[in-house]
Amino acid sequence: MRRGLSGINLVALTLGFAFLYIPILLLIIYSFNESKLVTVWAGFSTKWYAAMVQNELLLDAAWMTLKVAFVSSSVALVLGTLAGLALARLGRFPGRTLFSGMVYAPLVMPEVITGLSMLLLFVALSWARGYWTVTIAHITFSMAYVAVVVQSRLLTMDRSLEEAAMDLGAPPVKTFFAVTLPIISPALVAGWLLAFTLSLDDLVIASFTSGPGSTTLPMKIYSQVRLGVTPEINAVSTVLVGIVATGVIAASLINKRAMVIREREAQAVVSD
Amino acid sequence: MSRRPEHAGGEESTAPGGEAAFLRIEGVSKSFGNVTAVDNVSLDIARGEFFALLGPSGCGKTTLLRMLAGFENPSAGALLLDGVDLAALPPYRRPVNMMFQSYALFPHMSVAGNVAFGLRQDRVPRAEIAARVADALALVELSPLARRKPHQLSGGQRQRVALARSLVKRPKLLLLDEPLAALDKKLREQTQFELMAIQQRVGITFVIVTHDQDEAMTVADRIAVMEEGRIAQVDTPSAIYEAPRSRYVAEFIGDVNIFEGRASAVNGGDVLVEQADAPDGLAAPARADGPAAGDAVLLAVRPEKIEIAPEPLPPGTMNAMAGEVTEIAYLGSVSTYRVRLDSGRTVVSTHTNRLRDGGAAIDRGARVHLSWPVEASILLRS
Repeated sequence: MRRGLSGINLVALTLGFAFLYIPILLLIIYSFNESKLVTVWAGFSTKWYAAMVQNELLLDAAWMTLKVAFVSSSVALVLGTLAGLALARLGRFPGRTLFSGMVYAPLVMPEVITGLSMLLLFVALSWARGYWTVTIAHITFSMAYVAVVVQSRLLTMDRSLEEAAMDLGAPPVKTFFAVTLPIISPALVAGWLLAFTLSLDDLVIASFTSGPGSTTLPMKIYSQVRLGVTPEINAVSTVLVGIVATGVIAASLINKRAMVIREREAQAVVSD
Repeated sequence: MSRRPEHAGGEESTAPGGEAAFLRIEGVSKSFGNVTAVDNVSLDIARGEFFALLGPSGCGKTTLLRMLAGFENPSAGALLLDGVDLAALPPYRRPVNMMFQSYALFPHMSVAGNVAFGLRQDRVPRAEIAARVADALALVELSPLARRKPHQLSGGQRQRVALARSLVKRPKLLLLDEPLAALDKKLREQTQFELMAIQQRVGITFVIVTHDQDEAMTVADRIAVMEEGRIAQVDTPSAIYEAPRSRYVAEFIGDVNIFEGRASAVNGGDVLVEQADAPDGLAAPARADGPAAGDAVLLAVRPEKIEIAPEPLPPGTMNAMAGEVTEIAYLGSVSTYRVRLDSGRTVVSTHTNRLRDGGAAIDRGARVHLSWPVEASILLRS
């Protein structure tokens, strides 16, 4: 079979990428716009980046967003993996249907409802709304996505791989870390990135659960846009896109490197 | 090879040679919900034996193997290995290793990493791991490929990695779940002999699960034929073939012609059977548990034991029938003749093609006469 790009593949690829990335490309281009008017090109300039660096409020919001996204996606990864593991591996335990329904509910639940119910909970507990409440709310909805990704990977994984590890003397926990985890690691990376991205761009739930001093970037951008879009916002968004892209590339490189290292360790055994 | 003489299997539950059973399976049953996968199975397997569990899919053989490995718990009964109750031990503490049908090689580890995995779990010193991995890979002739990943290997090579990985811990018992099913016919036959040679060298007790009767006959010292969760017969390959105890076993292993008849008399060591197709009657050697005169019986004859000739047989010959050749299948080494008797029943007779021109020319449509010696008949209960 020919592996190269055929005409139809090329068209499909171009269309797909165009659909996904032209808006983002426009945003990046206009962030270098000289003019104050967002839609009128008046020459190349980096002055909005300079303005952005000066804008303490915007930087604070961006930092807050990254902190929330990093912590919530990491916690969601652990919790979501555990939930996915239970769904894929425990077989038919009592209450399984209820449990799986409840794990998946946040996927289909309108964000407004999730946000409102989280707000009611925090009010009832009389927790001061701020960084932690936003983070907890984000963990709640993003762990469902991790659980789905992890569960579907586990279901397609050959069960006899885990049985073989146990048969060769690895207790269940060791089996999980030595065999299951490395095999499903691409799904874990994907789940984490998904959770990270979801948290990064969430506006609705953050609006309900944040308090003074915990404004996230989407909230900040949204409130500023109501007063008129400035190229400064474009600059911030471009930086954000840059961070996400770097994260994705880093994750895939780390994954690849880990494989190489494991390979070397295995080889060391023979060459000793 | 510790092949035992023919017809050695008398007692089903004792291992051959009179030695104490190394692996004892006592009244083991396993149910999944309403389905009984394994139904009260008892088996004794001797140390160093190559034992096969043979049966069609769904007969419970794999479930039995998985209970030995510890992946399923018996609903009833006991599993004793070298006097130790296996039921109390989880899979990772059993001195038992398994070779999986899918091979289950860890895709993220190299060949050497896969083989070393089990030794690492036991905290074997690094130098010893290296030596034992090298030995195991040498045993399966894969030393040059130690650094490859499983996906860089052919099917036959993967199968050998799986074997090396399951042998490297020197288990007391090695379980093989359809180990050769994924290989093509030629490679499978070659690998069967390699498997036997390796079993001889390592001296480990092997229990193999297979649905392939040729494979079981080739590799195993003894075979347990399973039917719907129960053991139909346990015997040496030759005894299973030459002295099946039931219609199921006779038909599962090889081809067979079966005639329904009625035992008319017991004449010395032979039982005479009345059957419509044989004008002068059928005869078979009597069995200790054999039927009495008047019982309905089945008489089984293997196709290769039936003589086929164009000339009529002298009157009064036992085990003689006449019919017309309806089909001849030429298979190279043998030819199979399908003969329609006057009653309409079809009998199959197989002959080795010793001469290049096909020997005595029997053509399709020819009138032929079939016969076989009394000793070739197998009496089965109806």
